[in-house]
Amino acid sequence: MSREDYEVIIGLEVHAELSTKTKIFCSCPTKFGAAPNTQTCPICMAMPGTLPVLNEKVVEYAVKAGLATNCEISRNSKNDRKNYFYPDLPKAYQISQYDKPLCEHGYVEIDTKEGKKKIRLTRIHIEEDAGKLNHDEFAGGSLVDLNRAGVPLIEIVSEPDLRSSEEVEAYLRKLKAILEYIEVSDCKMQEGSYRADVNVSVRKKGDQKLGTRTEMKNMNSFRSITRAIEYEIDRQIDVIEDGGEVEQETLRWDDVSGKTFPMRDKEDAQDYRYFPDPDLVAIKLSEEYIENIKNTLPELPESRKERYLKEYGLSEKDANIITSSKYLSDLFEGAIKVCNNPKAVNNWIISDISRILNETEMEPIEIPFDSNQLGKLVILIDKGTISSSIAKKVLVEMFEHPRDPEDIIDEKGWVQISDEGAIKEVVLKVLEANPQSVADYKGGKDKALGFLVGQAMKETRGKANPQMLNQMFLEELKR
Amino acid sequence: MEITELTVHELQEKLKSKELTIKDVTKAYTDRIAEKEKDVQAFVTVLAEDANKKAEEMQEKIDNGEVKGDFAGIPIGIKDNICTKGIKTTCSSKMLENFVSPYDATVMEKVNQEGMINLGKLNMDEFAMGGSTEYSYFYPTKNPWNLNKVPGGSSGGSAAAVASNMVPWALGSDTGGSIREPASFCGVVGLKPTYGLVSRYGLVAFASSLDQIGPITKDVRDSAMLLNIIAGHDKKDTTSVDMEKKDYTACLKGDVKGLKIGVPKEFYAEGINEEVKAKLYEAMDRYKTLGAEVEEFSLDIAKYSLASYYIIACAEASSNLGRFDGIRYTYRTGEFKNLKELYKKSRSEGFGPEVKRRIILGTYVLSSGYYDAYYKKAQQVRTLVMNEFNKAFEKYNVILVPTSPTVAFDIGSKSNNPLEMYLADICTVSVNIAGLPGISIPCGVDKEGMPIGMQLIGNKFCEETILNTAYAFEQDLKFRENYKPEFKK
Repeated sequence: MSREDYEVIIGLEVHAELSTKTKIFCSCPTKFGAAPNTQTCPICMAMPGTLPVLNEKVVEYAVKAGLATNCEISRNSKNDRKNYFYPDLPKAYQISQYDKPLCEHGYVEIDTKEGKKKIRLTRIHIEEDAGKLNHDEFAGGSLVDLNRAGVPLIEIVSEPDLRSSEEVEAYLRKLKAILEYIEVSDCKMQEGSYRADVNVSVRKKGDQKLGTRTEMKNMNSFRSITRAIEYEIDRQIDVIEDGGEVEQETLRWDDVSGKTFPMRDKEDAQDYRYFPDPDLVAIKLSEEYIENIKNTLPELPESRKERYLKEYGLSEKDANIITSSKYLSDLFEGAIKVCNNPKAVNNWIISDISRILNETEMEPIEIPFDSNQLGKLVILIDKGTISSSIAKKVLVEMFEHPRDPEDIIDEKGWVQISDEGAIKEVVLKVLEANPQSVADYKGGKDKALGFLVGQAMKETRGKANPQMLNQMFLEELKR
Repeated sequence: MEITELTVHELQEKLKSKELTIKDVTKAYTDRIAEKEKDVQAFVTVLAEDANKKAEEMQEKIDNGEVKGDFAGIPIGIKDNICTKGIKTTCSSKMLENFVSPYDATVMEKVNQEGMINLGKLNMDEFAMGGSTEYSYFYPTKNPWNLNKVPGGSSGGSAAAVASNMVPWALGSDTGGSIREPASFCGVVGLKPTYGLVSRYGLVAFASSLDQIGPITKDVRDSAMLLNIIAGHDKKDTTSVDMEKKDYTACLKGDVKGLKIGVPKEFYAEGINEEVKAKLYEAMDRYKTLGAEVEEFSLDIAKYSLASYYIIACAEASSNLGRFDGIRYTYRTGEFKNLKELYKKSRSEGFGPEVKRRIILGTYVLSSGYYDAYYKKAQQVRTLVMNEFNKAFEKYNVILVPTSPTVAFDIGSKSNNPLEMYLADICTVSVNIAGLPGISIPCGVDKEGMPIGMQLIGNKFCEETILNTAYAFEQDLKFRENYKPEFKK
């Protein structure tokens, strides 16, 4: 039997760090990248006698996420302790939610080859992140950094509704976009603030019973998730085809070898001994509270997309790319307000900006310039101050040393030469230096014009207004 | 009368009238500690030098009018599971032998705000697990009435220090009787407030849903005064209750006419020492004479409470004590090959046998497959116990029971028999299970001269009722005037 005879079943647990200013149970800041243990206090370091106090913003953000993903919001919820020992977990328990999550029974809609598909969400719950272990190269041991301990997370658990790595990617992108739009998480995958545990199983088509699943933890790039799923599907099918049985285990994906490996032996099967945290009171939410949050929900990607199709005449494909990220979408709308040229802004985002993001593995949120600056760039082209080829150079400069495009072209001396006298001077100079090309053109070789224009561009280091240059050459060559 | 024999309210009068200075008072106490501590061993850390220095500074501030208030310069002792900034907080455990807290517990902040002087940290059963203070890693504290007997526990150091006049009053903590039982064994007054009345922030957690900090004092008025200082909502403890502040001394009228006292017959059944019972019956008669109505009724909860108490307390403890893992501020084993061994050896060597017993018990009852049978059931029993008490309080203002089935027992007589030790908590744990306030006051001595305690239980946040009921009795019996610890050897 081949892969076509199998059905793939995938469910995801996504962890998203919430972008609250302070941690979930103390008032330490959550900023990424500070020196080790500088964002800690007796509470998040689990000093004896300290107690957690739930950050209300965390509940608000989680409810927002629940409402934006069509969940039912629990009026009566609680925190539970998940007990296990690890040096990055200073209390030896993680405060999470066990049997009464804040949000349940939601769904996210994705686009697939076969059309729209609803991916059901089992639940969304709040919990705290753990710290980080840094290997100490000098002493040979490990050092604990508790800056991240207590950073709020939501865990979004999907039903096993996903059938391929493409669907997984579409789902993850959609979910990420939603979280960004409602501004509860910045979803920076490289910083680990948006990561997924992937559960994969296969079964022969037509089988009713689910196959045994394996879990790959803490995946934080779309590329490795896709590769890991593809690998795991093939591996599981191979095992079954060879007459074996897939074992239920936790796997680690190795990006270098492109393989999965078992993470821990089964003897260590964890019993987390969940029980309600007696240090925290029940979370009770009123109808009014939920209604208020509902009223503050911003426009979600789907609705923005519809608007772009109607108002700006974008193609479905372009609208999808732009609305897949709140930051791109905001950039698009902001730049249009400045330059009133949606077509041009669309083109910049779809082509050059997307290309640079891809090449530099940057996420849209990391784009260093703002929509105002992009708008100004488009105006400079529209007014003929710079050519579009110069504009591409200005854009690269805006990524590297972000500042206003006017300042860049001033500094670099990139203002387009549109002065007739100056253009004529260059044209005459080029004609004089290239008699053969002039003769070729006059002999009917139209291509020679392109060469001459190119030479003039070279002479002006790309600053000459190309339309004027073309015009001028044609006039001169007619004489 | 010696300075150290005075209650705090008596001290306040003499300070006010300038008969005494703060320096005199603190000096008297540090001298007393120097004299008695070697016999009683109530302290883990004595702060004699610090205290005298602070008394001098405080005296200056008072003289300059910088500090006012009724408690400026009054000494106090603190149980060693309440975090004190810059001073060791050991929980009488090897695990925290060298732990210095970087912050003050909320109750400590309040005590410091009043300008009180900390005389030292008081001995206890390791992590507050025990009823005799024999489970201290350092040494057992002795009962000032008879040095061969236990002072009770786990706040045995606090009760013994108050009884032996080494501190005028002290803070203890009570999870299943840890304030009331030692108060009863040492002939002093111990109050466990309603769960949520006093902030737990900075109390090293044993069982979070049961722990409360409370005063151990020479008399009821002092108890009400110390409660005034420590009670109140704390933003750092979400289980502390936000309610209007009360003056608990205002209720001390001494009038119990018409008060309805319920006597649950199950608390006077088999297993309760005859002499203890006899003193409790005398107490009932005394209340009747004072005009209260005393009525027997049935409250068949004690044995269920005890079972569910040990399940809930151990379950919570097994999780609360996970942080003592050899990684950060705790004891760490000398040699280890890997992480697992670091955990295993540090915890095996750092915890004493009773703590280990309870961690194992608690881990077991929370483990998958057993949760429903034990922990969940215990929580259901807890609700039933609360309901039974609620019913009782529809009829009675106060419930009167013994604090402990026996008087203080001999050192070493029960420490190898955990089950018998657990049974000693039978009269006190229901109060914690239901989150109620309870006070233990002395009601006499047995024929060997050991104090007998009686316990008054009130409805939630009805501290005023039990304080006044206790006060009326105390004024009538005059226990302190008739009996004093003799440090029998």
